[in-house]
Amino acid sequence: MALFLDQYADIIALRQALDNKQISVKELTQTLLGEIKHHANLNAFVDVQADLSLAQAEIAEQSIACGQAGALTGIPLAHKDIFVTEGWRTTAGSRMLADYRSPFDATVVQALLKAQTVSLGKLSCDEFAMGSGNEHAATGPVRNPWDLDVVPGGSSGGSAAAVAAGLVLGATGTDTGGSVRQPAALSGICGIKPTYGVASRFGMIAYASSLDQAGVMARSAADLALLLDAISGFDPRDATSIETCRAVANAPGRILSDYTRFNNRNNTQPLAGLRIGVPNEYFGDGLNNDVAQAIDQALVVLESLGAKRVSISLPNTALSIPAYYVIAPAEASSNLARYDAVRYGHRTETYTDLADMSARSRTEGFGEEVRKRIMIGTYVLSHGYYDAYYLQAQRVRRLIAQDFQRAFADQCDVIMGPVTPTVAPAIGSLSTDPTAEWLGDIYTLSVNLAGLPGLSVPCGFAPGHRSQPLPVGLQMIGNYFDEGRLLAVAHQFQLVTDWHQRRPGAPT
Amino acid sequence: MNWEVVIGLEAHVQLATQSKIFSSSSTQYGATPNTQANEVDMALPGSLPVLNRQAVEHAIRFGLAIGATVSPRSIFARKNYFYPDLPKNYQISQYEIPVVLGGTLPCFVDGKALTFNLTRAHLEEDAGKSIHENFATPDGRPCSGIDLNRSGTPLLEIVSEPEMRSAAQAVAYARALHALVVWLGICDGNMQEGSFRIDANVSVRPKGQAAFGTRTETKNVNSFRFLERAISYEIRRQIELIEDGGKVVQETRLYDADRDETRSMRSKEDAHDYRYFPDPDLPPLIITPAWIAQVKDSMPELPKERRHRFVEDLGLSSEDAAQLCQDRQIAQYFEAVANALPNGQAKLAANWVMGEVAAALNREEKDIDACPLSAGALAKLLARISDGTISNKIAREIFTDMWANSTLDADAIIEAKGLKQISDSSAIGAMVDEVIASQPAIVQEYRAGKQKAFNSLVGQVMKLAKGKANPAQVNDLLKQRLDG
Repeated sequence: MALFLDQYADIIALRQALDNKQISVKELTQTLLGEIKHHANLNAFVDVQADLSLAQAEIAEQSIACGQAGALTGIPLAHKDIFVTEGWRTTAGSRMLADYRSPFDATVVQALLKAQTVSLGKLSCDEFAMGSGNEHAATGPVRNPWDLDVVPGGSSGGSAAAVAAGLVLGATGTDTGGSVRQPAALSGICGIKPTYGVASRFGMIAYASSLDQAGVMARSAADLALLLDAISGFDPRDATSIETCRAVANAPGRILSDYTRFNNRNNTQPLAGLRIGVPNEYFGDGLNNDVAQAIDQALVVLESLGAKRVSISLPNTALSIPAYYVIAPAEASSNLARYDAVRYGHRTETYTDLADMSARSRTEGFGEEVRKRIMIGTYVLSHGYYDAYYLQAQRVRRLIAQDFQRAFADQCDVIMGPVTPTVAPAIGSLSTDPTAEWLGDIYTLSVNLAGLPGLSVPCGFAPGHRSQPLPVGLQMIGNYFDEGRLLAVAHQFQLVTDWHQRRPGAPT
Repeated sequence: MNWEVVIGLEAHVQLATQSKIFSSSSTQYGATPNTQANEVDMALPGSLPVLNRQAVEHAIRFGLAIGATVSPRSIFARKNYFYPDLPKNYQISQYEIPVVLGGTLPCFVDGKALTFNLTRAHLEEDAGKSIHENFATPDGRPCSGIDLNRSGTPLLEIVSEPEMRSAAQAVAYARALHALVVWLGICDGNMQEGSFRIDANVSVRPKGQAAFGTRTETKNVNSFRFLERAISYEIRRQIELIEDGGKVVQETRLYDADRDETRSMRSKEDAHDYRYFPDPDLPPLIITPAWIAQVKDSMPELPKERRHRFVEDLGLSSEDAAQLCQDRQIAQYFEAVANALPNGQAKLAANWVMGEVAAALNREEKDIDACPLSAGALAKLLARISDGTISNKIAREIFTDMWANSTLDADAIIEAKGLKQISDSSAIGAMVDEVIASQPAIVQEYRAGKQKAFNSLVGQVMKLAKGKANPAQVNDLLKQRLDG
């Protein structure tokens, strides 16, 4: 499906075209709004407001005319519908918030507006970011541009699909247990989640507050660097946001400066001395052979750039699933208590009293996956179970973080492995086995539990359920605040490979 | 049977801050409903709490004032329960590790000094208010309203040990606590507006029994008078219940001031499982020694320190010192008056501040800061008593004039009205002679041994002098003349 944006390799290329007046921001915006409408079958967008997008385009255009354009001026993006936005609806993929309009913008949304990007609207996600296939959205499943019968991944599935299809050059996402990296991998694009606290959570509808972190998705590591740098920064409205990262102020500029420094090595062995830790536990049972091969190939490429492969162990990896599925639901059960039909949100038609009103409204407003996690979370926090579940999970969480710190202390500089055990499954196949969806998160969850930065870049293809080729993602995990280095390593990989330049053909 | 009463109090003290504990909304009382509630107070999606430093500093102040441990690291937890005026459906509070641990509070009960131990004090947010009366939908159907202006107001919940043994002790503790938090400037103390609320945990047990009886918690007590009544009612109710063969049920009760009784609100069976867990939106509260030192430097002199100074330096009795130090403004006023008087006259100043001044303020329901007499003006008046220019009685008359017109000066009034005390012995002697001459019958009585007759003669002299004669001189001269 030849799309307008296909002619631009990345953000820099489009920026040049805009600065050279080959196309105006308004024309670009109008064209893309048309394409979004034309590709409604992807079901990626949940709200589009042409006048709002065009107003942002107008500002970007004026800035270009005055010669005051920045690195992102006029770049078309869209936001995961978990970020609150003034103007566009904010539903969190839930019937509960079907008509909700926020009186304020999320900090991340504001930061990208300040960078003069143009938002084309809101992107579908799993309800309250709970899910791995974007099948738990009130507006129905999102389709993967590589194959309309498979999931794009989740929970930031709309973001992944929109970028992969070429409807936008970048998108915001959130990653609580892999929700940026996993859909990026399954949709053949790039995605990064920074260290917990680098990007503000203000205006990000909370799922599990201690794990939630904003991230960005785009075509290349270079594009990710520009976007992530723009959304990073200390926010006084988020008490968990970080003021300084290893003695450097957490503000735009930090990540790009690290990124540039790690890239400017100027020799044929740009990754010389880089120790890549490969955890044994990420290559055990359950990992699809073809996926394993694609990862291995990628590691061979990285070795050819001077990197050294080191075998490491992260012994508590398997425990990340039970720990995550205690902590995340526990926090969610409390975070989602505010949706009680009293002040805003879905309210049931008939009810007998206040408790009945809230109970009925919540039962109707929340989907099955959300209700399930609220029930689990309520249970594990209950009197008599708290120690056995919640406290125990917190202990496991500390052990998992220690595993990583041991590896980073003296064995390796980055950790690499698969993002997912398999390529994207068929839409509908996950619902037959409720735990299969959870087990698929095995390689991504521990990064959130430890609060580390992690990214995913395309590294090949493997056969899907009909043997059709589907994208495979390579995961890179860095130590705290190593976003710049991770992105530079990914960029070096992309300088010698073209997986990230592959576009889905006409979907079948 | 002999019963022993066991009382512990929980005070909810609204901290005097400009903005709320986790948001930038104003805490001003009495605004139009829902005009002081932002996205955090309304729990809109995406909103996050950020801790108010001022609230923490108020808690540190309190901790220092009661000699407690200020926790170097305390944790905010979520207390989960559904209630329509609790917008997040959880309250952010401190649970396992509070900001203040321990401490003591001295107070006076029937003139006797007692010291009570405190368990803890923790920071938390207040809920909004549900309004059930006089509220209707736009089309006129009755309904309930919710005002979120109070939602997120900072509270310090102060918990005592169960050490009080009578309603009087409980009230004394509550009064001392109220006086202290107002003194420290961390609470405006307005009980009508709910700035200082008390819950009373009451139980009874046979004298000598070590184990506590089953307790009830009485809420909704918004004055000290009601606190005394509510506790007394509850003690009576529990004893009667047990003596009639019944059992006290652990429950929350509500005090109804109109009917002067407590009523069951909810029993332990309805008790919530609050599912406390550390709030992941708020990092642990770290209080460094440097922060504590900084707060300490900004603290006013503590009541106990000032009491001590009043006794040691000014020679007041400890009762007088305690009474004056119940209110920082009054103590300050007193001290200013005493300092403007010659040494040794502090007792005179204390008597007047606790007597005339307090009575006049009471009568007009005024606070000391609204007192029409400045400390300097009062001191000038009292100086005329101490130097013998006027008597106490005349001073009271002048005080009344000065109270009504604060521009008047004591000396000017004395001058204008000719109130200067007569201390001239010959003038007084002449009046004494005149009275003795004109009242032979009374003089006769005195000589016959009736002491009362003497006082009557003194009165006659004073009457003749229009109250201005120096009473001591009148006494002396009259005695001289009669007995001489």
